[in-house]
Parts: sequence; structure tokens; C-alpha cells
Amino acid sequence: MLVSILRQGDFLIASIHTALDDTELLRFQQDVVTQIGTHRSRGVIIDVAALDVLDSYGSLSLRNLAHIARLRGAVTVIVGIQPDVAFAIVQLGMDVDVHTALDLEEGLALLEQLTAGNRRGRSTLDVLGDLS
Amino acid sequence: MTTNVSDIGATPEQGDAEEHAKLLPELVAHLREHRSELREEWSTRITGAHLLSSMTPQEIASETRSVYDNYVEVLETGSVEALRRYARDLSERIIPRGVETHEVVGIVLLLRDVLARSLFKKYQQDFGLLNRVLDAYEPAANRIANTVAVSFVDERERVIRQQQDAIRELSTPVLQVRERLLILPIIGVLDNQRASQLTEQLLHGIRTHRAKVVVIDITGVADVDEPVANHLVNTVDASRLMGASVIITGLSSEIAQTLVMIGVDLNKMNTIGDLQGGIEEAERLLGFKVSKTDES
Repeated sequence: MLVSILRQGDFLIASIHTALDDTELLRFQQDVVTQIGTHRSRGVIIDVAALDVLDSYGSLSLRNLAHIARLRGAVTVIVGIQPDVAFAIVQLGMDVDVHTALDLEEGLALLEQLTAGNRRGRSTLDVLGDLS
Repeated sequence: MTTNVSDIGATPEQGDAEEHAKLLPELVAHLREHRSELREEWSTRITGAHLLSSMTPQEIASETRSVYDNYVEVLETGSVEALRRYARDLSERIIPRGVETHEVVGIVLLLRDVLARSLFKKYQQDFGLLNRVLDAYEPAANRIANTVAVSFVDERERVIRQQQDAIRELSTPVLQVRERLLILPIIGVLDNQRASQLTEQLLHGIRTHRAKVVVIDITGVADVDEPVANHLVNTVDASRLMGASVIITGLSSEIAQTLVMIGVDLNKMNTIGDLQGGIEEAERLLGFKVSKTDES
């Protein structure tokens, strides 16, 4: 199994277990977007902790996935980006304007906040600011 | 750097080895006999050439004595091993005193010169014999000079390597000051290599400490070039991808200008004047509240 998409209340948790090629990525994207509709999910977590490398197409797909999900009414949080992957994405000059969190636990907490008052499209920092 | 010492001064006539073996003891005996006067002359010439100016006359006297004895011993035995050890040892002692490579090479060459002159004087009557004596003396003397210089440079390089390692280890501490709050104080020159090391340490630190906010304090960095400034911006972005917000404090006016010059997106950079302000902001973000205890 390459990916798993689990339902957890109002949220979907999609974990990528191995590196995906381009067609697999597209399929994954479609699966997630379809399931957002069927489960009426308000939030999606994509766990990429198992990935040691992520190429430009991979990160672009994840970003597109987040944007498509938003159009379908769900907020996406990407969690578990490895240090090397994080720096590689930045060095490739990609503007990954999606919510991110350290791990699944953090991602769920962030998603709770993001969806609590239907406040969408805000940065992690703003939400953190609201907490204090 | 190899310590392989070759016979750079070897004579073309290798068949003379036997004669060298006969001449060398005679030569050594001569140098032993005139030890004090030759050493005296050597010391005078060292002072005259303004070498070893960072050492006291007593130190020079004691070092010249042991160098002289070692020198003659190597001439006698032909083994440079002991000399190499001695030269290392000597270098270890004098490098911290600020003795330069040219001084060490200079004094050894002076000694070579002083001894050669005394040989000239002794054998000036018999030109053929003088020639053979020099044939025996020069390869050995060259080998000695070579050994001492190489040992000195080796020792210097070892010291430099050691210091580089020490700097590398010290250079980027990632410290946790509150739960999920890290600070990175950066002091000194921030070059490309150090910047990428910093990024690596920070990103791994975020994961191990599960940090949510990071304060990077660059009060101690005077200026950075454009690649390093870019790297800094990338580090902030990469940290965000790992779920941590970065606050940069203590930006000097030069660095601020560089950042604006490379066209950094100011919405992404959270900067605050000084470290205190940065930590206060971080605490606010994390929901900490620091208050003084009432002492009354």
C-alpha cells in the first residue's frame, strides 16, 4: 500500500508511505479530493513523514492538492516534512503557501483551530497569536 | 603534507657512501670539540638576523643548545626520527609564542651555514678533502633542514585543524529556553558553510525539541553577503514548512539593507529589534506569561 486515507471525524488523514511517481501522485490527488466530497470533510492532513526526498513535481502536486481541497471546502495541513525535504523545497524556490505542522498531533491541533470559526486562509502565526 | 624527507642534496656520486661513513665521524668529532664557540657564533647570528625576537635570550640559549646537540647527533647517526620528534616537540612549544615558519627555517639554515664555515676553515689547506667533507656534510644537513621545516609546518597545520574543529563545534548552538521555544545566538562571521550548517542544526533541532517558535539572534553578525542573506531567508521558509515560526532579532543596518536589496518578502520575515523583544514576542506567541513574583 502506497498511501492510506483515513477518516477521523470531520477530517481526512492521508499518509504517504513511499515515494510516489507522477501518475500515483495524480491518483492520490484525485482520491483525496473525491473523499472530501463523500465524507463532507472540513480538513485534510497529509502526512509526508515517510518521505526522505520530494521532487519539484511532488511538492507542486501537494500544493495543488491543498488549493483544490480549499475550493472543495476543506483546509489542508501538510505534516511531517523532514528537515532535508524542507530545505530542498525552499531551495527549489517553490512558494509552498499551505499550512504546515511538525507532526500529526500538531497538525490535528492546528486544523481544529483553523476550522473552529471557519477562519480560513490564515497563517499559522496568526492562529498562534490568537492563542495567547 | 607528507613527512617523507628525500635526499634533496645527494651527490651524484653515490659510490662515495663508504668514504662518507669514514669522514662523518671525523666531522662530528670536530663539531663536538668546538661545540661552545660554534653555538655561540650561531646565537650571535640569530640575534643579528632578528630571528626569534619573541623569545627571551635565556630561552634562545637553551633551545640553541639542544638544537645543536640534536643536529650533531643526526649527522652522526643519520637517523632523522629523533630529530623529527624533537622538532615536533619544539614546534608545539614555540608556535603559541608566535614564532613564524621563516624564523624556524632561518635558524636551521644559519646553523648549517655556521657549521659549513667552520668546516671550510678547518679543511682550507686541502681542497680535495674539503670537497669530500662537504659531499658528506651537505646531504645530511639538507635532510635536517628539511625535517625541521616539515615538522614545524605539520605541527602548525595540526593546530589549525584542531582550532577549526573547535570553532565548528562551537559555532551554532541550538538552545531550548522554554517548552517549544528555541534560540540560536549567532556570533562572528556568517559564511556560506556556517550558514548551511546552521540551517541543518536548526531544522533538526526543531524536530527533536518539537519547537514551535525559533528566535535567531544575529546581533553578533556585522554583515552578510547576498548568498548568505538568501540562505537565511530560505532557512526561515524551511522552518515554517516544519511548522515553526522564526523570529529574527538584532538585524544590523547593513544586513537589513542586504535583505531589502535581494528583495525579501517582508510578510514572511518576522523581525524584532533585540533579543529581549524577540523572546517576549515568542512567549506571547506560545502563550507564556512571565511576571515578577511579589517580594513584599
